[in-house]
Amino acid sequence: MISRREFLQASLAATAIVGASGFGNWSRLAAQQALTEGQLLQFDDFGNVTLIHITDIHAQLKPIWFREPERNIGVGEATGKPPHVVGSAFLDMFNITPGTPEAYALTHEDFVALGKTYGKMGGMDRVATVVKSIRAARPDALLLDGGDTWHGSMTSLLTKGQDMVNVMNALTPDAMTSHWEWTFGTQRVQEIVENLPFAFLGANIFDAEWDEPAFEPYKIFERAGTRIAVIGQAFPYMPIANPRWIFPEYSFGIREERMQEVVNEVRAAGVDLVVCLSHNGFDVDQKMASRVQGIDVILTGHTHDAIPEPVLVGQTILIASGSNGKFVSRVDLDVRDGKMMGFRHKLIPIFSDVITPDPDMAALIDAERAPFKDQLEEKIGTTESLLYRRGNFQGTWDDLICDAVRSERDAQIALSPGVRWGPSLLPGDDITREDIHNVTSMTYGQVYRTEMTGETLHTVLEDVADNLFNTDPYYQQGGDMVRIGGMGFTIDVSKPIGSRISNLALTDTGEAIDAAKSYTVAGWASVNEGTTGPQIWDVVEAHIRKLGSVRLDPNTSVSVTGL
Amino acid sequence: MNLSRRDALWAGLGGIAAATLANPVFAATVEELTSTFTGGVAAGTGGITITAPEIAENGNTVPVSVSAPGAVAIMLLAAGNPTPAVATFTFGPAAGSQTAATRIRLATTQDVIAVAKMADGSIVQAATTVKVTIGGCGG
Repeated sequence: MISRREFLQASLAATAIVGASGFGNWSRLAAQQALTEGQLLQFDDFGNVTLIHITDIHAQLKPIWFREPERNIGVGEATGKPPHVVGSAFLDMFNITPGTPEAYALTHEDFVALGKTYGKMGGMDRVATVVKSIRAARPDALLLDGGDTWHGSMTSLLTKGQDMVNVMNALTPDAMTSHWEWTFGTQRVQEIVENLPFAFLGANIFDAEWDEPAFEPYKIFERAGTRIAVIGQAFPYMPIANPRWIFPEYSFGIREERMQEVVNEVRAAGVDLVVCLSHNGFDVDQKMASRVQGIDVILTGHTHDAIPEPVLVGQTILIASGSNGKFVSRVDLDVRDGKMMGFRHKLIPIFSDVITPDPDMAALIDAERAPFKDQLEEKIGTTESLLYRRGNFQGTWDDLICDAVRSERDAQIALSPGVRWGPSLLPGDDITREDIHNVTSMTYGQVYRTEMTGETLHTVLEDVADNLFNTDPYYQQGGDMVRIGGMGFTIDVSKPIGSRISNLALTDTGEAIDAAKSYTVAGWASVNEGTTGPQIWDVVEAHIRKLGSVRLDPNTSVSVTGL
Repeated sequence: MNLSRRDALWAGLGGIAAATLANPVFAATVEELTSTFTGGVAAGTGGITITAPEIAENGNTVPVSVSAPGAVAIMLLAAGNPTPAVATFTFGPAAGSQTAATRIRLATTQDVIAVAKMADGSIVQAATTVKVTIGGCGG
């Protein structure tokens, strides 16, 4: 992907391009049933600085299935570039052979069959093994957590993030930034941060009333004779994408000029390397890298992209380390005379059957889960279909959730948020209560029931579509298109806001949506204060119990044009 | 301890006089307001910076600041509001900097425009889009 020319243009040491690609030749070894932990961890030490990046764990302590997106449409300058390349095009771009472990880890292609071959991925006990191994080779390595760590599971919800805090404290990161952490509320975040044995960074977290910086913007680390500034960038659209009333004291935003100021400040302090630990989302980071001068490395997060090579923007490298504990990135850097001279990078896939669990971390995870074990593991039903969410439009998990909402709340139309978290289940898997929580867990899960006019529904769809398909990344919030049950539509992703969405129709009857007419609508994850209704996980559980076995037919209610 | 924003606001008031231009009967258009303010002088670019969020966290109170070193007056407009005029800030010779910050209500996604009149009578202009969104699905 990175050509030698681009590399030289970046004026980094040309030697470092060797091994810059994160995936080695171990697919051949895997085919011979010889894939080992040693091969996954193999890395020729390079330079003098090592960064370890993990992000968007979404409280997944145990190994999971996670199907990567079948659709991840890029618009404007992002068209056709990673991470907006999926499936076989992705395999071609990165020279990956179909059917290999890399293909399974990084794309949706043949997911069920390959899942059965290569097993689940992730697990924080396996992550701990990888981190320890890197630290054994490079004791001065910095471990940096990109946020969305405390949220996403039943145990994290029941313990208000404490299980994840305990696990991460054991993993001993050097710094983190934040997004869903804030959905536990200001008081809870402050309580955790007060006792956190590492830095909680956010240069863009401001006091909402006085518009002044509210959290530590950066921390300077001295490692192996090198001074490294790590600047935190929390999710910019916190009060818009998530309920503002839960953390009303704070304002966020991209605040590009603030980022430049902070970079200038640490550069003036004479640091050798500037790292931005970001929860901006990949496209926003790409734009920010092109406009803010002086950042060497952006460790990106939020949009859950796993890219096997660094992406170069000017002299900045962007590292995208996936989600849900599926990957850990190791980035070795040659830093001399206050300059990054070269890098070597590996996106390490956490194959749970290959990497040995760290016994201490495994015991800690089991202890965290023990008080809730019976609730977590109770079987609610089984699935005959692959259940997944990730992708720009409706996944099968979303269809199931929308069916549950419509049926349990007696509504014509269901709305379900296009979040990117939520692991998959394979056909034949049991659906446990924990599995349901993994795709619904949140502090504002009430399922409302209301009436909306056709015009309002259209406005909602246009609004969300613009958050995803605005050609200026700074106007994108991340996340995917809102999921709909009971209503279909056509979307032209190439059009501007107000003219992307058409052909709204009820799926049961085919009847076109009338702008002036009212429809019963139920949904969850409302950002409005005072939303009432049963919790989404209870609604989904009740629905699955009635079905016993879940089977979902392909959903053709959304037509996508303008590609 | 740095000067806090609160202190800065108090300190800054000495040099700035703000006048709201809202007219409840006939809302002047952006073009009318601009031509009145500039006296028909064509606007250049550069030398004026608007700082505003790309997406408003709360459309009812959007923090906007504008800076135009050397300006004697800056007019701020919200192009998509029923009444586009927000304020005109005039800076006397004692003003330490030609910067103003305020919070404005934005009815919908729109451009916020700032026009500055310099001491020599020249005009510079800048605009930025602020999106006002329903929100709710970031993941």
